Amino acid sequence: MSLSAKQKTTVKEFFGKMSTRSDDIGAEALSRLVAVYPQTKSYFSHWKDASPGSAPVRKHGITIMGGVYDAVTKIDDLKGGLLSLSELHAFMLRVDPVNFKLLAHCMLVCMSMVFPEEFTPQVHVAVDKFLAQLALALAEKYR
Amino acid sequence: MVEWTDSERAIINSIFSNLDYEEIGRKSLCRCLIVYPWTQRYFGGFGNLYNAETILCNPLIAAHGTKILHGLDRALKNMDDIKNTYAELSLLHSDKLHVDPDNFRLLADCLTVVIAAKMGAAFTVETQVAWQKFLSVVVSALGRQYH
Repeated sequence: MSLSAKQKTTVKEFFGKMSTRSDDIGAEALSRLVAVYPQTKSYFSHWKDASPGSAPVRKHGITIMGGVYDAVTKIDDLKGGLLSLSELHAFMLRVDPVNFKLLAHCMLVCMSMVFPEEFTPQVHVAVDKFLAQLALALAEKYR
Repeated sequence: MVEWTDSERAIINSIFSNLDYEEIGRKSLCRCLIVYPWTQRYFGGFGNLYNAETILCNPLIAAHGTKILHGLDRALKNMDDIKNTYAELSLLHSDKLHVDPDNFRLLADCLTVVIAAKMGAAFTVETQVAWQKFLSVVVSALGRQYH
């Protein structure tokens, strides 16, 4: 389910519009991940506080969103562009790939909340496909 | 049996009491058909689904979205026994409609996105937790009688 040229443009444009709120959205998305899917907290047992809205969760949400923005610049070759991030996730973090889908869903919810008019069904499908491709690229080195 | 706190019940009831069934039902089903186009397989008799624009203007889809959303009323009225409330509907979806139960989850996700857009900041973390818990119980109950 690779992105059409039009969908790549849609993704770049929407992320452009989103850029002033991207930190908020990243922080909120990770908060909602650990709240709605508490099993995901298992990856953050090294933090003193992995509850929704906590400082480490918000900070890490911003970091992750930064990674997503970087991936937008590499949208034409996600596998190549995200090679080192994939190695990180495969050999060090070993996050079960099912969780990428859960986080993607939380990101979509936050985008929808902050940009209700702009996050049309057409934008939604393009962004969802992009996040799915991103997840695949991140899991590339897993086995 | 699923346990609901008073807070969760209040949140779910509040969402439904403020719900525009026509608007949200239409938007959710249209979004599902656009974002997950394979779901269109169940709508062969619903007229033109050629592209996003025609889907969004299709009155049959709009009416069906409203119908589906009203189907959630049953769960709202019977929150303590959603499993049995949907036993018959589950069999219908399995034996007559032949809907892959994974589609219930896809539609539920689209409904969540549409409600989030409608509620904006009011769709707090606590609200999302309660809402998704409610939908996951419904989705589970609808898939339960498949055989």
